[in-house]
Amino acid sequence: MNDATPAKAALPISVGGLTKTYGNIFALENVSIDIKSGEFLTLLGPSGSGKTTLLMVLAGFTRPDHGSVKFGDNEIVRLPPHKRDVGMVFQNYALFPHMSVEGNVGFPLKLRKVPKPEIATRVERALETVQLGGYGKRGIDQLSGGQRQRVALARAIVFEPRILLMDEPLSALDKKLREHMQIELRHLHEKLGMTTVYVTHDQREALTMSDRIAVINHGRLMQLGEPKTIYERPANRFIADFIGESTFLPVEVKAGKAMLGGRQIRTATPPEGEGRRLVLLRPERLHILEGKPPARLNVFEATVRDVVYQGDSFLMVAVMADGREIAVRGLTRGARVSAIPAAGTSVKLGLDPDETALVPDDEG
Amino acid sequence: MNDEKLSDAKLSDAKLNDTECGGEKLHARELESDARRERLALLGLTSPALLLIMIIMVIPVGWLFWLSFIGQDGSFSLENYARMIHYKTYFRIFRTTFEVSVLTTAICCLIGYPLAYFLAHLPQRIANLCMIAVLLPFWTSLLVRTYAWLVLLQRKGLINDLGISIGLWDEPLRLVNNLTGTLIGMVHIMLPFLVLPVYGSMRAIDRDFVKAAANLGATPTQAFWQVFLPLSLPGVFAGSLIVFVLCLGFFVTPAILGGGKVVMVSMQIASNIELFFNWGAASALGVVLLVVTMAILVVASKFVRFDQIIGGGHGR
Repeated sequence: MNDATPAKAALPISVGGLTKTYGNIFALENVSIDIKSGEFLTLLGPSGSGKTTLLMVLAGFTRPDHGSVKFGDNEIVRLPPHKRDVGMVFQNYALFPHMSVEGNVGFPLKLRKVPKPEIATRVERALETVQLGGYGKRGIDQLSGGQRQRVALARAIVFEPRILLMDEPLSALDKKLREHMQIELRHLHEKLGMTTVYVTHDQREALTMSDRIAVINHGRLMQLGEPKTIYERPANRFIADFIGESTFLPVEVKAGKAMLGGRQIRTATPPEGEGRRLVLLRPERLHILEGKPPARLNVFEATVRDVVYQGDSFLMVAVMADGREIAVRGLTRGARVSAIPAAGTSVKLGLDPDETALVPDDEG
Repeated sequence: MNDEKLSDAKLSDAKLNDTECGGEKLHARELESDARRERLALLGLTSPALLLIMIIMVIPVGWLFWLSFIGQDGSFSLENYARMIHYKTYFRIFRTTFEVSVLTTAICCLIGYPLAYFLAHLPQRIANLCMIAVLLPFWTSLLVRTYAWLVLLQRKGLINDLGISIGLWDEPLRLVNNLTGTLIGMVHIMLPFLVLPVYGSMRAIDRDFVKAAANLGATPTQAFWQVFLPLSLPGVFAGSLIVFVLCLGFFVTPAILGGGKVVMVSMQIASNIELFFNWGAASALGVVLLVVTMAILVVASKFVRFDQIIGGGHGR
């Protein structure tokens, strides 16, 4: 992954015991994360969770109450922002309106006293990297939102920082362009190999782009793991709820068995501990059963209340006997279209034990 | 469900065809006459204000122009303008006026910019309070403030007494009845006119610009000179323009604090009327001042967008 930049290797980031309070509110509470060299790590959380605060501490704009931030082996928690040598893409791009594209991208090189001819070639190369070759003379106000995003990116990578920070860089773009840029940023990361910390509140974006995701809420690190782990095995109810769609059913765990009202819910591995848990039902993991269900599946019986046609899929809301609602997503493909149940019919919903996850009933 | 949608689509298709089949565009004439009626109504509503501006602005200025072309004997003549070219006094008066205006504007910038910078970086609530303090002088009479300076600055005034008693200087400084006094008074009066637009343009600068500069490697000083200052310049231009133009026609302060040594155009106009009852000469001076001011505004409008004087901030 780091082949493209042999001269400057990416740096690992090590955050330890980081705390920041505003009044008596914790923006960050004892956060420790180790980010591997060259990794694409996403800080994911709702607004006000502390994810942006963490990024601002990394960039040097927010002074934490206490804690440690290391880039490689160097403690940098007291270093002012202009000495940190990290690239950053701001949410609103923060492109200087009084400078041309060239002036913006060349700005960090000019500050580093790079000779003029070299600045010109490096600026052009950075612009080509973000597919804006030849745009150097343009004014910032002549660019579209997507182009500004690219210029901001070019400006952040032109001085070859070993760490790149991004603060919701795609949130101002429309959906199509955003999805396109997600793939492109991912490619760029693979090409340049910088350690990248990416902040977003969009769980789908986090799942699409990241090597690992750090879920943050109320200033605390809730879970750190690969996208698959975060989605399939969320550490608590908050994460399960925040990432993907989900319905929860309360179960009682006793002696390695999870019981839902006298019925055992089978899981891949026997549940540990005792007490109340929640079965996590992902709409797309449930399937509508026809005929006699296979014995190994967990089966839930319900009556269809609403069916919403959404083009590529349909979303069905079914009500169980005790009044709980379950959402089920199905593909609208081929013969399956006719299989969409009508409202009012009763259905059996199957869930594979391998895909059955239990989460603690807490917010972390 | 699918069938329902299909029939919906058919229905709207049918409606579309209906309108096209009609041959002429539906309601086109009625809609146009509605638009015309609205425009007329708007004109009707604004006409009282337009009329008022006509009466209190255009007519007096027109009369001023007319007077300036009437000679002492009451017939049409250019003598009022010829006088300005013949006598060196007039040239000196115009030069003094410009000197005082340029100096006042420059000093206002030097004092006002740091003040606005300080205010713009305070939390909004505190900044608003401080802004009231900046604007407070507007609530007292210009005349009162100017006489207050006279009291403070004179030979036996507060400032000289204080300076001598703590040993800063031995002889009373000549702080008033000269250019120094005039400038002190005028800067004091003009400062809010500079601070307001500069403050507005600074508030409009996104703090992320300065952060971005720091992130890219700029020291606080570099970030200020290369990013913050250029972005705040529209406000400085706007404020300087207002101050400069106001200074050109200023009367009270130079008249009182200048002690007769600083003669500006407005004072010459006053003496033309009060001492010589020469309305023609006074009008001609007024016309020249007006034309010069207009010319400055026209040139300045090439550099400053006038909406920024009111709105403040860097257009983004």
